[in-house]
Amino acid sequence: MKAVKKGLSMLAAILVLSFVTFLAFEILPGDAAVTKLGTNATPEQIEALREEMGLNDPFLVRYGRWMGGACTGDFGMSNRYGRPVSELFLQMLPNTLLLAGLSFLLILIIAFPVGLLCGRYPGSIGDRTGVFLNQTLMAIPSFFLGILISVVLGLGLKLFTPGAFVPYDQGLGACLSYLFFPALAIALPKAAMTIRFLRSALLGERRKEYVRTARSKGLGEWEVLVKHLLPNALAATVTFLGVILSEIVAGSIVIEQVFGINGIGRLLVSSVANRDFNVVQALVLYIGIVVIVLNGVIESLVQKEGE
Amino acid sequence: MKKISILALLGLLSVAVLSGCKDGTKKKEKLEGSVVVGITQDLDSLDPHKAVAAGTKEVLYNLFEGLVKPDQDGNLVPAVAESYQISEDGKTYSFVLRKDVKFHNGKTVTAEDVLYSLKRCAGMLETSDPEVQVVAALSVISDITASTENGATTIQVNLKEANTELIGYLTCSIIPCDYADQKTKPVGTGPFRFVSYTPMSSLVMEKNEEYYGKKASLKQVTFSISESTDAAFLKLQAQEIDVFPYLTSDQAAQLQDKYNIEVGEMSLVQGLFLNNKVKPFDSKEVRQAVNYAVNKDEILTMLNDGKGKKIGSGVYAGFGAYFNENCVNTYSYDPEKAKELLAKAGYPNGFAFTCVVPSNYTYHVQTAEVIAAQLKKVGITMNIQLIEWASWLSDVYAAHDFEATIIGLDSQLAPSDILKYYIGGSKKNFINYESEDFDTVYKAAVATTDTAKKKELYMKAQQYLADDAASVFIQSPSLMVAVSKAYTGYTFYPIYVQDMSTLYIPER
Repeated sequence: MKAVKKGLSMLAAILVLSFVTFLAFEILPGDAAVTKLGTNATPEQIEALREEMGLNDPFLVRYGRWMGGACTGDFGMSNRYGRPVSELFLQMLPNTLLLAGLSFLLILIIAFPVGLLCGRYPGSIGDRTGVFLNQTLMAIPSFFLGILISVVLGLGLKLFTPGAFVPYDQGLGACLSYLFFPALAIALPKAAMTIRFLRSALLGERRKEYVRTARSKGLGEWEVLVKHLLPNALAATVTFLGVILSEIVAGSIVIEQVFGINGIGRLLVSSVANRDFNVVQALVLYIGIVVIVLNGVIESLVQKEGE
Repeated sequence: MKKISILALLGLLSVAVLSGCKDGTKKKEKLEGSVVVGITQDLDSLDPHKAVAAGTKEVLYNLFEGLVKPDQDGNLVPAVAESYQISEDGKTYSFVLRKDVKFHNGKTVTAEDVLYSLKRCAGMLETSDPEVQVVAALSVISDITASTENGATTIQVNLKEANTELIGYLTCSIIPCDYADQKTKPVGTGPFRFVSYTPMSSLVMEKNEEYYGKKASLKQVTFSISESTDAAFLKLQAQEIDVFPYLTSDQAAQLQDKYNIEVGEMSLVQGLFLNNKVKPFDSKEVRQAVNYAVNKDEILTMLNDGKGKKIGSGVYAGFGAYFNENCVNTYSYDPEKAKELLAKAGYPNGFAFTCVVPSNYTYHVQTAEVIAAQLKKVGITMNIQLIEWASWLSDVYAAHDFEATIIGLDSQLAPSDILKYYIGGSKKNFINYESEDFDTVYKAAVATTDTAKKKELYMKAQQYLADDAASVFIQSPSLMVAVSKAYTGYTFYPIYVQDMSTLYIPER
């Protein structure tokens, strides 16, 4: 019963989202037919194209038609690229997912060891340096970190060529090795947040009664940390990681733009500029579903753990 | 224990990724005889009759040809046609087709294909595709016929009224009449054939071995799409791109050790366009004052290192004989005179207005900044508002709803085309310029079959635009092209094209 209720509320959220996106495009200046035909078109040609694209129908009729198509998996054609939206989407999605996967991996690799160390030796010089670095990384906006990485690691140390992204289907190895750097730009600030989160959760647990009991049993500091403190601190951290995961799977618009990655985020930006309505609508729907579903899953995971 | 094994796994994975990274940084082996050309705009259509953006047409030029095509001096030379003739009354064009022209799919070009292509461009097909860019100028065509005699096919284009400039529009691409995949796998007759296209990434073409004319030297050309000029510049510095046509002067200076910098002019009329119908630009004196207040030399110096070509009316210098040089000096920089005119028009303390500029054109945005500073000196405040290209098209170009804008106008190789923006009452006349004198001269110029007379009339038309200060006609900006030192033969054209068939790698 609870699950059904939950599912229904998710569905409602997605419906509202798609309607609002539709509405936003209605208000946005710029006309899809005019944008497509450019400066040489006559008013008659524009009218003919508007008619063909179905732009002359009332708002609700268009929304209904789009919804009907979407329910059967037909998201229409991209009027910018003249090919089905689903085809474009599937071409870009793997790039975004690879970037997201790599970023998430980096977050875990960086956050857990550092977080545990900081939790193990609170107040030590290492911990204090860690906290300071953390604050700095969290304060740097990711686009700036992206540019910094491009300039220092790319142009300076020549570890990679900024902008020379290779799509996954033209060489997975080359693609991943390029994606490592944007993933770093995404991961560093997020890892910093995770470390902070983990550290304070560990310190909070450390003050509790059961820790003393564990110590009195003769367990070493590391054993106490890993066996007792970590599992308890994990619940809150997992929720936090879930939010991060939904953020990066939805496509890092800024980072994809800075590093010229052909992913969901960059497609979204160029489609808005070109008034490629069907593409925007489908992408917003994807992002909405990712965020809503992932959040739902994590919520229920954490609740189970709490029970 | 479980946690530790997960950590170990993560560690292993990261090592794998990092070592993969080492392999990946090795340069990809480049195909011999290939070139990578950087472009900064994604293609808007692969069907040549549907392409709108100049940035798309300059790429498709390599795949498609018309009956005739422009050469580097701005002449129209036979392409799919072997020869052509314009009748003395200017009402009939006849083209003799070449016999040996093949499409990239192996089929021979027939009269049917030519009729289909021309009619499609002219909007004369029975079922029309609304995405096709119908060439308005071709509406003077009454009918197109084909006849075969002694094995030679002649295409005859009959016009309703005399027009000797129509040849400039008959560059429209010849495509097969019974081919449905033009939008995704384009087929033409050009020196290169289509291989693949990945949206937002690249378009690859290869040498057309069956080409009837002088075959290309390069085996493969990749047009690599970058997000912006800055992104392309990063790739240039890493030598991932061999040819890049849109350098700024600062960038050009940084590349000189690895690239040759070729300098030409853009085929554009760049202007500060004023809406002649809104206050205060409805006053000729105000428009003249703005013209006197803009220092074109300073714009050229600040933006192009002094290169580029000043203009003074609606035709750019690439038109050669049709370019009215006299107009350039109609308003030389004179702030005092500008102030005088402003006072006379009733604005002794100047005024303020908003200039909208499409944000994707960095060059026009920079021009706006320079002009705003110049106008400030005579008391005029120009507020710059950046808008999206889509908004520019709908608000400025279609609805004529603006005060002023900075943009570059391009054209087909016909003076009637670049001057069409000023015909009274025309939808394309987005600045709402109105002059009966201009309209009369323009009409007469299009109709006359006498070349000398035509030239004289077009000169007059340009002078009207200048005298009425229809807008501030600034310049044909300079075009700086980075060409890797390994290649030679980059050629400039008086229209927007990137011809890769002339490029070659010299023997060492």
